[in-house]
Amino acid sequence: MVERRPLLNAFSHLILVLGVVIVAFPLYLTFVASTHTASDIVQAPMPLLPGAYMIENYTAAWNGTGGGNGSKAPVGQMMTVSLVSALIIAIGKIAISLLSAFAIVYFRFPFRMFFFWAIFITLMLPVEVRILPTYQVVSDLGMLNSYAGLTVPLIASATATFLFRQFFLTVPEELVEAARMDGAGPMRFFKDVLVPLSTTSIAALFVIQFIYGWNQYLWPLLVTTNENMYPVVIGIKRMISGGDAQTEWSVVMATALLAMLPPALVVMLMQKWFVKGLVDTEK
Amino acid sequence: MAAIQLKNIIKRYGSGKTANQVIHGVTADIAHGEFVVIVGPSGCGKSTLLRMVAGLEEISGGEISIGGRVVNDLEPAERDIAMVFQNYALYPHMSVFDNMAYGLKIAKVPVDEIRTRVDKAAKILELGPYLTRKPRELSGGQRQRVAMGRAIVRQPQVFLFDEPLSNLDAKLRAQTRLEIQKLHRELGITSLFVTHDQVEAMTLAQRMIVMNAGVMEQFGTPEEVYTRPATTFVASFIGSPPMNLLRDAPDARPGTIVGIRPEHLDITPGGWPLRVEAVEMLGAERLVYGRWSHGSGDEMVILRTEESHAVPALGAIIHVTPRPDRLHLFDAKTGKRV
Amino acid sequence: MDKRVVFRSAWLPWVLIAPQVLVITVFFFWPAAQALLLSVQQSDAFGTSVEWVGLDNFRNLWNDETYLASFYTTAIFSTLVAVLGIGLSLMLAVFADRIVKGALVYKTLLIWPYAVAPAVAGVLWLFMFTPSVGVVSYWLRTMGVDWNHLLDSRHAMTLVVMAAVWKQISYNFLFFLAGLQSIPKSLIEAAAIDGARAWRRFWTIVFPLLSPTTFFLLVINIVYAFFDTFGIIDAATQGGPGKETSILVYKVYYDGFKAMDLGGSAAQSVVLMVIVVVLTVVQFRFVEKKVNY
Repeated sequence: MVERRPLLNAFSHLILVLGVVIVAFPLYLTFVASTHTASDIVQAPMPLLPGAYMIENYTAAWNGTGGGNGSKAPVGQMMTVSLVSALIIAIGKIAISLLSAFAIVYFRFPFRMFFFWAIFITLMLPVEVRILPTYQVVSDLGMLNSYAGLTVPLIASATATFLFRQFFLTVPEELVEAARMDGAGPMRFFKDVLVPLSTTSIAALFVIQFIYGWNQYLWPLLVTTNENMYPVVIGIKRMISGGDAQTEWSVVMATALLAMLPPALVVMLMQKWFVKGLVDTEK
Repeated sequence: MAAIQLKNIIKRYGSGKTANQVIHGVTADIAHGEFVVIVGPSGCGKSTLLRMVAGLEEISGGEISIGGRVVNDLEPAERDIAMVFQNYALYPHMSVFDNMAYGLKIAKVPVDEIRTRVDKAAKILELGPYLTRKPRELSGGQRQRVAMGRAIVRQPQVFLFDEPLSNLDAKLRAQTRLEIQKLHRELGITSLFVTHDQVEAMTLAQRMIVMNAGVMEQFGTPEEVYTRPATTFVASFIGSPPMNLLRDAPDARPGTIVGIRPEHLDITPGGWPLRVEAVEMLGAERLVYGRWSHGSGDEMVILRTEESHAVPALGAIIHVTPRPDRLHLFDAKTGKRV
Repeated sequence: MDKRVVFRSAWLPWVLIAPQVLVITVFFFWPAAQALLLSVQQSDAFGTSVEWVGLDNFRNLWNDETYLASFYTTAIFSTLVAVLGIGLSLMLAVFADRIVKGALVYKTLLIWPYAVAPAVAGVLWLFMFTPSVGVVSYWLRTMGVDWNHLLDSRHAMTLVVMAAVWKQISYNFLFFLAGLQSIPKSLIEAAAIDGARAWRRFWTIVFPLLSPTTFFLLVINIVYAFFDTFGIIDAATQGGPGKETSILVYKVYYDGFKAMDLGGSAAQSVVLMVIVVVLTVVQFRFVEKKVNY
């Protein structure tokens, strides 16, 4: 702003703090709830300050020994499933996209544009739109209740390919020519020059794809029926059995916090790349 | 030993009916150790020609030989050449040392040998203190030197330069020009240098190829090109201010164009009458722009006068005579020297 | 758009592109084709016989009240989510843009909900609002509002809208902040010199310049509301009470996997596909123009 208005500044801060509070409130409540016993919580109103049962609740959640009538899958195990699938999705997507973008930008081959548009179309349809038949395919291939089934169909969309293609187009032509002069073949150029130059884009994409993979809900809901293969996001939902009096909210909240932790950490620690990735992907 | 032979080089884009030919049969023999400049205006095909020698563009017709070997089908790395690019083309994520060593690494040159060669090149180019830096930490001139260093360490038969001075400011350009000359004297490697700047061409070339619209108009020493231009294009392109080309000079054979350079016109009574339209003061000399009305129309004539002469007033009429032994005659239809 | 310099190889590009092509053929094109196929067929509950019914499934959808209701629900839901989400985050972004101190702190604190899974967000908000033990529902009752989203469809809709907006604020906020920061300060200063006060400056200069971002976010938020909110709905209301919060994608899931109406569900999928394609095309058309401003 141009004018110096201390009153407006104070007001701005007020609004922002209010915003932060509203945004953070559910989280705070969750934390508090995860530190009381289940019976404390169901007596409305719930205490607003943290209680003393943090260790018990978290251990119960982790080991799957909580009470209540919901699912009792151990959170530790579910977090592992989430972690592995998120990593597979992020790394898998980045790897095949790097290769595809490289092929499309730096080579000429028949049907090149056809493949380009085919990949482009996949951007348009998220998995939610084709759940039934994709489920059918996965089931037919015997991939239900497996990491492959959880991850491979989600690698099908082309966001990463697009980002890399866009980036590759900005790499100066002369770098390739110099590399050819130096005797580098295409894969050598890819490994020694192109990939190192792409590290920022790769980091940005990694953040987005990791969170995307970790937070998947609809797809894992369909392809996993075995508690062993539940990602933690599904696990939380399943813990909430019918009437809320029977749900052990303290453990559920503890689980929720644990489930939120890794993606939140990734966002906070890699904030710079994350923001860049968001703004770039959508162009 | 190494020479470059261009035999009737043709470059065509597209095919069949929509083909567009941009280089029309260039033939030239470049001697071993010679520094040849390819000069011409934008779009004349000089870079395309260079890139065909480099192997970065396909050769549509004709043959290119390097060191006696026909290289038409060889990859750039197999032609024993090195190239210095206009935009330096340094790998941004590698140090200066690694930039220079990259080609050698790929060629599986032993590590000590790489070290020796890079150090030697760094010494010649005064890049010693910068070996561990990344390109973005260097100035434009330093980056250009790294690009040259990368070419030197390959110890090629031929150096190719693609307008390497265009991105430098005027002072740096003059400095780097001298460095390139020095380098050539020391290393004596056959060089092909592309530029659009005729001053660069005149100062650097042992011989120059003057190109226009894909045609090689003349191939000769700077002296030859300046004093005996083969076509009107060469006559007007080389030399600043350009040679006066007059279509309707008195006493000239019909169908010819008379050429006379500005410095070869003297102000004498009884010569061609010019109405002075502008005078540019350049310090050591003056450029006078005069309009000559005659016969079927009028033309602008430029002449150089020295300090000692009086400054002609605007609108005044002066008379100039060309020195007879400095007249050039060109055929009006073909533009070729008569 | 094309590179001038390419590598020459007959077989390498095929190898490079093979993994992606394989994956999208098996898991994208084949199922999409299947969806199209299924949508014009009707199979009985056991899947033993398949009958070609042409556009009957689509006609049935159009005559199905619950489907039309679902359309209506989705329209309301996505409008509310988009408008509230954009409005609130724009306000926050504007204020965050003008303060100098602490901007980074606010930014960090406001973006983390992006990391929360929609399903988890649904659970959190459910927890706060459960009629009997939720903290907020308790407060509402003390203020005289008898909150019960299990019975009252408006409460249910409010609940899922709030959860969806809460999650999306951080995403919109980031984009608005970036958009605001790309407006040249000189324009604002020129306007100030011309005598425009802050409020007028905002509406006559800042907002119009922000319109590409706003439009873009509008499309994104609508697509988000259509699809990514599945987790919220499933966690918080399961589409209820009744079918009051059953948005289109939820209905596809329910009909396909719970009610086993394969043809109908497939037809719904196809309709959704068309909607998304239209939205994406619109976005690309307008965003492309934006890049040329």
